[in-house]
Amino acid sequence: MNGLLGPFVAVLRRDLMLAWRGRADVLVTLAFFIVVVCLFPFGIGPETNQLRAIAPGVLWVAALLSTLLSLHRLFAQDHADGTLEQLLLSPEPTALWVVAKVSAHWIVTGLPLVVAAPGLALLFDVEQEALGVLTLSLALGSPILALLGAVGAALTLGLRGGGVLLALLVLPLFVPVLIFGAGAVDAHLSGTGAAAQLLLLGGGLLGALALTPFACAAALRIAVE
Amino acid sequence: MMNTSSLSQKRTPKSILRFAAPQMFYPLAGTLAPWCAGIAAVLTVIGLYIGFFVAPTDFQQGEVYRVIFIHVPAAWMSMLIYLAMAFWAAVGLVLNTRMSFIMTQALAPTGAMFCFLALWTGALWGKPTWGTYWVWDARLTSQLLLLFLYLGFMALTQAIEDQRRADRAGAIIALVGAVNVPIIYFSVQWWNTLHQGASVTPTGSSMASTMLAGMLVMAIASWAYTFAVVFWRVRSLILERERHTDWVGAEIDAQEGRS
Repeated sequence: MNGLLGPFVAVLRRDLMLAWRGRADVLVTLAFFIVVVCLFPFGIGPETNQLRAIAPGVLWVAALLSTLLSLHRLFAQDHADGTLEQLLLSPEPTALWVVAKVSAHWIVTGLPLVVAAPGLALLFDVEQEALGVLTLSLALGSPILALLGAVGAALTLGLRGGGVLLALLVLPLFVPVLIFGAGAVDAHLSGTGAAAQLLLLGGGLLGALALTPFACAAALRIAVE
Repeated sequence: MMNTSSLSQKRTPKSILRFAAPQMFYPLAGTLAPWCAGIAAVLTVIGLYIGFFVAPTDFQQGEVYRVIFIHVPAAWMSMLIYLAMAFWAAVGLVLNTRMSFIMTQALAPTGAMFCFLALWTGALWGKPTWGTYWVWDARLTSQLLLLFLYLGFMALTQAIEDQRRADRAGAIIALVGAVNVPIIYFSVQWWNTLHQGASVTPTGSSMASTMLAGMLVMAIASWAYTFAVVFWRVRSLILERERHTDWVGAEIDAQEGRS
């Protein structure tokens, strides 16, 4: 057990420290999230009922886009300075440190969104009792986005126009998460209860956690060889 | 050891697996493609004749329903081709066979074409029937997402210059997409459903028999068309990839000498 935990913690700590040293980069993702969310009322109009109706969808789409924006950071630096090859050469299982890197990435880019979302939801006049469901759905859903996105990021590593390509590859895969995530808040507000959506998101998270690291590991090996 | 290897070398020419070698598959595809194209052309004429002249007018939808003779086979093929692509991607990743990757790349454009055709004909049917070209309905939306998956696959394989990396990266995204297709389908179905339920199920069908016949003939025609186009595309891909080998040189010399 300890043998696996050691490298996991080492990679996690290293990535978190790197993110901390360059925190301006990281804050851009959060700022993007906030700006995108705040743009919607300008486009749609300040009508409160309408804003309340679209709030879950807007927050979720904005979270999805900011995840997409930050994905290229996941492996690009390590690829450029050769760390990635060293990690691939190391005897530790690739899927293990891939999960560590994705976890660090989520803590740095995903968690701030989860924390900021309830505050932004208040700007859309979302009922306060729904804020918990919104936060929970984002907390369960955004790691799935990071895990799925990691596969796309690994596949497009070092390609010309990789960012646009990454969006094309990953966005269709994000759709179920978006449906259940935004659906959870709507279901809660309509009184049917969000348990089903949240359970599905949780199941999706476990499924993604079990499968995507291996796909990501294979993609990284292909990209680097 | 020597004995077994020489034995297996003697046996392989009889095995169907010999077509896993591009050099062997190239002439086979060349022989089969015109036949498939011929079958596709004949069946399309028959199927469209049944569809437009023999099949009765639908008592609810009138003449508009006749779009199903193109729409339904196209939708079937678009999903089936994705499955075939995922199958060859898995074979390619596991067995590392060159032909499998060539097959995935030859299948993708045809699948995307059928996907687009299904969406387009569906929109044309939706306007008179539902009163709108597009609704955010489960089947339409999952078909649209399938089109995006095809486009993503093609964009990724085109963007990577290194052939080997393009093959394997494409195979991975095809497999990830294949795992996601059912999830996308059910999530979207949960989200919203307006599309009429499937009329044709393995146990029975709710359609007139001539309608069904026309549709099945068109479906077989689509299969034959897919085979023909994919074989031709495979042949060009083989020539392109194996251009450094002697047999391709000889083949091209022969073709140029003939023309």
